[in-house]
Amino acid sequence: MISFENSQRIKDQQEYAESIARDVIRPQARYFDEHEHEEPWEYAKFIWDTARKKLESLNPSAVVPDEPFMLQIHMIEMISWGDAGFFMCLPWPALGGNAIQSTGTEEQKEKLVNKFQGSKPTWTCMALTEAHCGSDSSAIRTRAVRDGDSWVLNGEKLFVTSARKAMVDSNGVMVVWATIEPSAGRAGIRPFMVESGTPGVRITKLEKKLGYRSSDTAVVILEDCRVPLENLLGGHDGKGFKGAMTTFDSARPAAAANGIGIARATLDFLKEQLAAQGIKIRYGIPRHLLTAIERDVIDMEAQLRAAWLLVVRAGWMVDHHMRNTLESSMSKVKAGDVITRITQKGIELLGPLGYSRRLLVEKWMRDGKVIDLFEGTGQINRLVIARRILGYSNKELK
Amino acid sequence: MYSFDPTDEQKIVVSAAKKLAVKEFRSRMRDADEKSEPAPEWMQAGWELGLLPASISEEYGGFGEHSALTWVLAAEELAWGDLSATLVLASPNLVALPVLFCGSAEQKEQILRLFCSDSYAYGSAALMEPQFGFDPNAPKASATEKGGKYVLSGTKFNVPFAVESEWMLVYASLEGQCQGFLVPKGTPGLNVKERDQNMGMNAFPLYTVELRDCEIPAALRLGGEAGCDFQLLLNSSRVALSAMAVGVARSAYEFALDYAKHRKAFGEAIAQRQSIAFMLAEMITDIDAARLLVWEAAWRLDHKKDTTHEACLAMNFAGDMALMVADRALQILGGYGYVRDYPVELWLRNARGFAVMEGIAIV
Repeated sequence: MISFENSQRIKDQQEYAESIARDVIRPQARYFDEHEHEEPWEYAKFIWDTARKKLESLNPSAVVPDEPFMLQIHMIEMISWGDAGFFMCLPWPALGGNAIQSTGTEEQKEKLVNKFQGSKPTWTCMALTEAHCGSDSSAIRTRAVRDGDSWVLNGEKLFVTSARKAMVDSNGVMVVWATIEPSAGRAGIRPFMVESGTPGVRITKLEKKLGYRSSDTAVVILEDCRVPLENLLGGHDGKGFKGAMTTFDSARPAAAANGIGIARATLDFLKEQLAAQGIKIRYGIPRHLLTAIERDVIDMEAQLRAAWLLVVRAGWMVDHHMRNTLESSMSKVKAGDVITRITQKGIELLGPLGYSRRLLVEKWMRDGKVIDLFEGTGQINRLVIARRILGYSNKELK
Repeated sequence: MYSFDPTDEQKIVVSAAKKLAVKEFRSRMRDADEKSEPAPEWMQAGWELGLLPASISEEYGGFGEHSALTWVLAAEELAWGDLSATLVLASPNLVALPVLFCGSAEQKEQILRLFCSDSYAYGSAALMEPQFGFDPNAPKASATEKGGKYVLSGTKFNVPFAVESEWMLVYASLEGQCQGFLVPKGTPGLNVKERDQNMGMNAFPLYTVELRDCEIPAALRLGGEAGCDFQLLLNSSRVALSAMAVGVARSAYEFALDYAKHRKAFGEAIAQRQSIAFMLAEMITDIDAARLLVWEAAWRLDHKKDTTHEACLAMNFAGDMALMVADRALQILGGYGYVRDYPVELWLRNARGFAVMEGIAIV
């Protein structure tokens, strides 16, 4: 039966996440935007010591009986409403953890969970993109060569979110995608677990970015980085590239939820300011009678709700073990468009103050743009959708 | 818990609606549009679906319970077949559902049985008025109380089946509020004027109606003395139109998708070019998004929650979406999209109406 009633458990968790977003995160958002590459340690410790006992999604050993992914996207949306980069700073299994969960053996998953039992905040990260290839991740050049009882990794990885937190600041783990057979293309690609402290891993640069500055984005060099055989994810054969792609089926709605949090922050703020000025939005009258501001606000609200429902549907499919490649790409395409439109429009409607760094709106526009870039750009996700609806292979539709 | 899975019963309704849409609606769409007349099969075969009697309880001659969700699921499929046909089939709703939602016990007893019989019964509502800046919340048509009666005056247009309908629900301002008044066929002062011609929805017959000192008993004010919740009726109308917008958009999208796969240019299907493929990807994304907004608004109606906000969002999104999708479908077909041998121009004409035709359908 079709239902739009959220479960009580998710509502309760949302309420707690909201208090963190409002009282803990939001007050620090401007500071960490202006102090790029500083680490929000206080926040990380608060999450590790206090919040994750209550927020089930953050704790990899908590057993979430049903709707685990639905719970997760609601948490992501709410934390991102506080600050999108702070979501990325959460000490929890995140993207690297997801890759391990979806491609790893039981032992490897246990290893991951154990890393999250310690007394200090721990992070994971995922290294896929390289300088010459972003969207076309099947072209990666980082090599993995078997040498006796270990794999030796060599290469350079770009745009590795939280690499410093995972590999330098904590006893975390990085999932590195490398090729064991360059001539095999996609079929030669395997994911490896590289643990913090492994020799041959170097962070050479932290990117300076347009926005999303509270989250570190690193260049990582692997130089004769030696990992034991059992760190090939999925065991001896590995699950290969397909694993990376299934990871996207949940990573894309998660990234979309990240963006929706920013868009909602913008819209909430805009509506508060309009209300304070006595501007009321009249929802009950037909469109030809609306003012320009009413039209803009209603359009923004409709777009936001539409994008969020696409995320919720994709999430519902994850929890019901339905294949959702199409729907997850739809949610990401829509979220990428909507966040861009809402934050840009928000500044326009607020006038010169909207452009000022006294407020957070300009920052939300800078933060939001990345949503249409990571986890597959808007164009890549359009390609994924188009191939699915047309029944085309990647050769038929390039 | 969220769920996006219709009930088994709803799936049966959807599949029956789909069959009807293919067999009777789509097949007669062009001919009916050219003639500006509905096909008789739409009423006959359409009525066998039993959607309206299934919305009315046994007490009043029906066999079910109203569900806005079931209606929007069916309406999307039907409108996929043809919008005019869907509006024709749903026209009895314009009287029956407001009576079901807001009517007094007497009104329900008096009117609902008419819509539970084995054959289609005409029903109509008069909301729109032919002036710029028309606001359904404050029509110029007026109702005045006079000695146990209401006197209705004003001009309405886009009134479906104004000639044939046994009952017409006339909306008029009463002490600054928009209220409904049930006017039986043949009431003196209810004058049906010329047939209204629009850009689209051509096979759905609409008329201008003049009310000149049209008197009805006070008991025929919708909801009796208490009156009706007009915002609820407007919300239900917005949800209905939004569901149909999804259906029309889907028909244009599916046609364009199929065309793009078969039309060759420069040695390959045009769908193999990103410029076409990306348009299609954006079209289906917004179609799905609109459907979810419609479902949410319908779900809220069924749970008796205030739906003003959600119905407004759905209507705004779905209206824009249908226009965007139909326009792009036409663009994908190129010149073929513009000629009447192909259906896409018809869908574009129909799609333009959603944003402005509040009150023409209700679920």
